[in-house]
Amino acid sequence: MLDCTPKEPVPEGSHTIGKINPVKTCQPIGAMYAALGIHRCLPHSHGSQGCCSYHRMALSRHFHDPAMASTSSFTEGASVFGGAANLKTSIKNVFQIYDPDIIAVHTTCLSETIGDDIPAIIKQSEIPEGKYVIHCNTPSYDGSHVTGFSNMCKGIVNYLAEADDAPKKEQVNIFPGYVNPGDMREIQRIVTEMGIKSIMYPDTTNVMDSPMMKKYEMYPMGGAKIEDIKDSGNSKMTIALGAWSSAEAAAILQSKCKVQGVPLKIPIGVKATDEMIMALKDGFDVEVPLSLEIERGQVIDTLLDIHFQYEGKKVAVYGDPDIVIPLTELLITMGMIPKYIITGTNGKKFEQTINSMLEEAGIEGSKIKAEGDLFDLHQWIKEESVDLLIGNSHGKYIARAEDIPLVRVGFPVYDRAVHPLMPITGYRGCLRLIEMISNTLLDRRDHDALDQDYELIL
Amino acid sequence: MTLSKVDMDELMAPFPDKVVRNRKKHIVQKDCTESCQQIEANTRTVPGIITQRGCCYAGCKGVVVGPIKDMVTITHGPIGCAYYSWGTRRNKIRADDNTPAEDLYGAMCFSTDMQESDIVFGGEKKLAKMIDEIVGIFHPRAINICATCPIGLIGDDLGAVSKAAEERHGIQVLHYDCEGYKGVSQSAGHHIANNQIMEHIIGKGTDKVDGKYLVNFLGEYNIGGDAWEIEKLLEQIGYKIVSTLTGDSAYVNIRNMHQVHLNLVQCHRSINYIADMMETKYGTPWLKVNFIGIEATIESLRDIAQCFGDKDLIKRTEFVIEKELAAVTPEIERYKKICNGKSAFAFVGGSRSHHYQYLLRDLGMDVTVAGYEFAHRDDYEGREVIPTIKSDADSRNIPELHIEADQEMYEEPHIHLKMSKEKYDELVASGKLGNYEGMYPDMVDGGIMIDDANHYETEELIEIFKPDLIFTGIKDKYISHKMGVPSKQMHSYDYSGPYTCFRGAVTFAEDVANALSTPAWKMITPPWDKADIEGGE
Repeated sequence: MLDCTPKEPVPEGSHTIGKINPVKTCQPIGAMYAALGIHRCLPHSHGSQGCCSYHRMALSRHFHDPAMASTSSFTEGASVFGGAANLKTSIKNVFQIYDPDIIAVHTTCLSETIGDDIPAIIKQSEIPEGKYVIHCNTPSYDGSHVTGFSNMCKGIVNYLAEADDAPKKEQVNIFPGYVNPGDMREIQRIVTEMGIKSIMYPDTTNVMDSPMMKKYEMYPMGGAKIEDIKDSGNSKMTIALGAWSSAEAAAILQSKCKVQGVPLKIPIGVKATDEMIMALKDGFDVEVPLSLEIERGQVIDTLLDIHFQYEGKKVAVYGDPDIVIPLTELLITMGMIPKYIITGTNGKKFEQTINSMLEEAGIEGSKIKAEGDLFDLHQWIKEESVDLLIGNSHGKYIARAEDIPLVRVGFPVYDRAVHPLMPITGYRGCLRLIEMISNTLLDRRDHDALDQDYELIL
Repeated sequence: MTLSKVDMDELMAPFPDKVVRNRKKHIVQKDCTESCQQIEANTRTVPGIITQRGCCYAGCKGVVVGPIKDMVTITHGPIGCAYYSWGTRRNKIRADDNTPAEDLYGAMCFSTDMQESDIVFGGEKKLAKMIDEIVGIFHPRAINICATCPIGLIGDDLGAVSKAAEERHGIQVLHYDCEGYKGVSQSAGHHIANNQIMEHIIGKGTDKVDGKYLVNFLGEYNIGGDAWEIEKLLEQIGYKIVSTLTGDSAYVNIRNMHQVHLNLVQCHRSINYIADMMETKYGTPWLKVNFIGIEATIESLRDIAQCFGDKDLIKRTEFVIEKELAAVTPEIERYKKICNGKSAFAFVGGSRSHHYQYLLRDLGMDVTVAGYEFAHRDDYEGREVIPTIKSDADSRNIPELHIEADQEMYEEPHIHLKMSKEKYDELVASGKLGNYEGMYPDMVDGGIMIDDANHYETEELIEIFKPDLIFTGIKDKYISHKMGVPSKQMHSYDYSGPYTCFRGAVTFAEDVANALSTPAWKMITPPWDKADIEGGE
């Protein structure tokens, strides 16, 4: 596997241009995923058919569920003369044939390079009474899929959130970040457990992990309701989970509707979950219920019971910054050594944040890179190997080439199922991560053990 | 099976008038008492319609060029296009005598990852530098450069970049102007890829390939190992495959493809251009085959043997057929008990919706609705309609190569097949060579042939025909499930396969039987609802 790569690590400066085996994809897929988190919304891809098709395929492969979306079906003519006619026709046809309550338009590198003025085209379009068309710009040549997710969140706030003159309501907005529906459900459960009313968007629960019911609905039962999104302007506070995926939308909501935005990490691991709970406790002046204290205690109990199974093991982590940062924090909590940490997404904050975490933990000799790729990671591993890989499915080639076990976390996971329904967030999700990591290492130990070392009890 | 007449106006009730006028031409219901009606195909999808179609880049890089195992393929553009076409098509590859593992790039993804400044100032320098770095690290035998949407708009000259890189590095660097917006579907990309492979790779090899019966296997992408199954079978009989196009193919083998005696064409849509052009340039005859389905495989084997007309070859063919058939028949019969009498839909690509009808018939199943995403009229109606197909603004954008007979390498087709001119003429008269009759003749009476089926129509047709199983792609797979209809992915085989030849038919039969009978289908209604229903009665 990967025999085409040189046996020895390539000299520094050999790979400086482009990406080889990337850890990011383009903006529009993130925008499509975010738009699917609005109830009765049809995401619309303003570009060539291939974009829409590729995004729908990637989402369906990860979630094992339909990802409905329409496209402006650009041809060469539209590319020369602009896509206004295609978008207007699309809006008319989509409302008449597929009858969504809202169309969420995102752009592509094609329509961005042409320079289509989406708000102007929307204004010229026929929009039935009571229906909505919103948009965001997602130039594929800037940022990553996480940027696209963030841009659609910003678009949703820009178009829909409203504030009444009345005092703020005792409710919190949850911007969950680019996570699985299983995580969104878990995060909202924790907030509800604290007795706080919440509005969450995007909310892909029961959309991208929709149950098998007796009747097919093109628009599944899940997703944030438009009236709730509007009402989010009246909330007292927003917890913006993930600096890359949620912080900017919360900042817009704060300036537009005076809703206090609290930027937080996605609650992966004990510390990040603690921080989210503390922010909610302080913001709403509520007590943390015993039930959550029990959940937390179970995690700490587990960490103390089995730390020797994973402590000191070296890990390479790769994926989206909002996932990788708290995941690295959890690994430190577990006493593991995050040796290599890579994201494909840009942003100086990434290296700074991870470096300060490692410094605080007294861990030296780790390598961190934003805008990196899996070729970079592979080179580092060739220099000095690790005990475990944690990241999306694309790391499986390195896992095989270098014979390192892989725990699948993040997006996309193409070669396993059930993960979109199960959380890695909150204390319950933390237990699940500990279980996945320790079981993977123990399976490896059992697999490698000589007969005389093969033990019943571990 | 009797199928009732579908009321097209009712089917399209919610469509705006313009959409109705467009879509009506893309749907034909077979009436055995009439000859094939014209079907509209390879024309634009109406914007806003939820189509299954992809783009030109997907057809060029994703389908045809990507599987060439020993070439580095760089996608020039923003990150997404390379990313989505990375490892997502199951075109398996392996090392062989001509290509060691060090020359396999199937697990790799190369993108210039264009940024905003590249869009503004142009991406040529970045591409040139990336080529240099890749040559430095990987030393590939040759490189492909595939364009994405913005490239055509910003005017990067890929031809100039490729030519300069060839001079710097002394290897071939081919470029494909396969911007996503070109044409109306993946089909444009197939054609663009065919042109470049024909013009720049085929015929360049000088190593003499030995063998009594040399063939190429065109339009086979080795999904799930399909090509390997075919290769095993053909080798048993005595054929040697010089190259497939492009499943598990190698640049070094494609260069020698001109030396074969006969081209075999599996996927007509994606590769008929090369079959045609090779016939013109080298005189190589081509035969449409289908190794999906037991009966189809047998017929194809017999047709190939007839092309050479050698008695020993025909005898060996029959021996192999008998042996293989005996091995699989009991197993097929077992699965047939589950599958027999069931009906299916097939919405895939530009050939499979036809090919799989043979295999399903082996299992006693009928396809009631079949459609292609990106086919042309000839794939439905047969090649005889090709002269009558009108070109339009979209199809005119795809260049046609003007091929002439090669002065040194052209040989008359009958010489390729080592037979007399008279015998060859008889073979041509039988209608097999250089011909494809399309899907229509194999459709059941009353069956629907639908081009570029969209989400609404699919949903309605499921309501009308109530199929037992749907063969489709990942975008529609889970929709089908939510509608209560089992589905199998016909692009990826749900990660099973190979499905070709005799043994593949058994694997397919088992997969289909499992899809139809997995116990969870009977558990959708919870017991409390069942109790309510029973109580109500």
